[in-house]
Amino acid sequence: MSAEHMIEVENLTKRYAGRTAVEGLSFTVSRGEIVGFLGPNGAGKSTTMRILSGYLAASSGTARVGGFDVLTQSEEVRRRIGYMPENNPLHEDMRVREYLKFRARLKGLSGARCRDRVDTVLGQFGLDEVSNKLITHLSKGFRQRVGIADALVHEPELIILDEPTIGLDPHQIRTVRQLIKDLGRKHTVLISSHILPEVEVTCSRILILHEGRILAADTPDDLQQRMAGRTQIIAEIAAPEPDLRHCWEAMAEVEQFDVSAAEGEFYRCALTPRAGMDLRPQIYELVKERGWRLRELTRSRHTLEDIFVHVTSRDREEEN
Amino acid sequence: MYAFLTLTRRELTAHFVSLTGYVVIAGVQLLLGQSFWTLLDALNGKPFDMPVTEKFFDTGFFWLVLLLVAPLITMRSYAQERASGTFETLMTTPIGEVQVVLAKFCGALAFFLIAWLPAAAYPFLLRHYAEGMAPVDAGPVAATLLGIALLGGFYMALGCFASSLTRSQIVAAMTTFALGLGLFLLGYLSQLRPPEPGWQAQLLTHLSMLEHMRDFSRGVVDTRHVFFYLSLTAFFLFLTLRVLESRRWK
Repeated sequence: MSAEHMIEVENLTKRYAGRTAVEGLSFTVSRGEIVGFLGPNGAGKSTTMRILSGYLAASSGTARVGGFDVLTQSEEVRRRIGYMPENNPLHEDMRVREYLKFRARLKGLSGARCRDRVDTVLGQFGLDEVSNKLITHLSKGFRQRVGIADALVHEPELIILDEPTIGLDPHQIRTVRQLIKDLGRKHTVLISSHILPEVEVTCSRILILHEGRILAADTPDDLQQRMAGRTQIIAEIAAPEPDLRHCWEAMAEVEQFDVSAAEGEFYRCALTPRAGMDLRPQIYELVKERGWRLRELTRSRHTLEDIFVHVTSRDREEEN
Repeated sequence: MYAFLTLTRRELTAHFVSLTGYVVIAGVQLLLGQSFWTLLDALNGKPFDMPVTEKFFDTGFFWLVLLLVAPLITMRSYAQERASGTFETLMTTPIGEVQVVLAKFCGALAFFLIAWLPAAAYPFLLRHYAEGMAPVDAGPVAATLLGIALLGGFYMALGCFASSLTRSQIVAAMTTFALGLGLFLLGYLSQLRPPEPGWQAQLLTHLSMLEHMRDFSRGVVDTRHVFFYLSLTAFFLFLTLRVLESRRWK
């Protein structure tokens, strides 16, 4: 039993009839981390979360939460997690306070502790004003808060939220993101999303899942760094094409270049610098020296979007 | 235990916040009232020498109640939760599968018995207004109540099982109705044909719910019948438990 790891997953595989949802997944999550699962629909995010929460059993491999096996010590695991499934299912016919009380009791809280915790989460998530409303009459944003409040009501060590911001408007998304960030101070949090900015903003570490496998696992910054080798510098310059080509060949810092005609006498040059260097000052100096005209000079930084597309498409190429 | 009681209470109260619950109660009152009216009619006519409880169940409305109401009560128990996704939130709380199965069963049975509650006034009404004409003995009444609870329990277990198999409440209700009607008709066979001596006739008589209920309404508590219903109830609850566990089979 290791104290520092909240989740330990080893070689986890889940097969449904005729389809493999998760294949040979291995990863660990330390206590206090906010980790994001990122992947397109059907990548195996929900399946992994369902296995961790003890709802499904893996076909092979092991998963431990807080040192307890999710299959053989399921009850211990379920005591320690707060799980909100995809689409946040709630009992529509119950009132907010009634629902949270019901859930808290199911999770073993009783008497004064139950009342205290329900009051606390109602206040914490700004649900006081709707506490006596039927859940079916709530807006999507409030429903989401009820779902997260339910996941938290028994003060679990690990919180698993499947697509917590799906279907919310931008303002509500910002609120939920802040909630998740706040949770990270006291709890270990695992969230999933197919929207990149989502995990980029909230998570300290990202696991990119694709077709049931982990393609990349790193902090958002390190993932950026890893892509640095692919940084490009775009310059649009009005100059004779052979001169341009000659210049780039002569420049030692340029690893690769591509010159194509743009409108008028401008040429669009895409340069790949060695080791992600920033060549913009040099290019500016060059243009000034030769008396050429320059109309664009940019460095393309890779967003997680690019990383994601890159990582998933590389995988597809390997398969073909 | 605490979680079990919480869930049982939720299962029971859910009927009272939905329209279906009240429709069921109204339907049961209509059918039982019809039975009672037939009984009163009979009391006014020719004298008969059977206990009033037996006459009451002779009308056949009791079976309608059982066959129609059991699917309506139990159809939501698992199917609705599966369809809405709350089944997932339920099963990821520390509550065990056995507790879930028992709580849902107890909730359904409790609602079934509550729907019967107004009928408890019938013996008192009879005693009050028809004094001297037809003695209402406590024995047959108690035995009848036991019979209602046992048969009700069996049909609720059957319904819970059917509901656990599907995400559609309609499919759950129809499965329960078909299974319930099938079992009921099986017993009816021995009624239609005078039992010829032989093991088939014996078997049919043994399975006949009509016969069982007739015994109960006469005030006869046969341990074979009691065991018959308790074991069938336990069997269907066990099947339900296996269905719930099946999602965690490798």
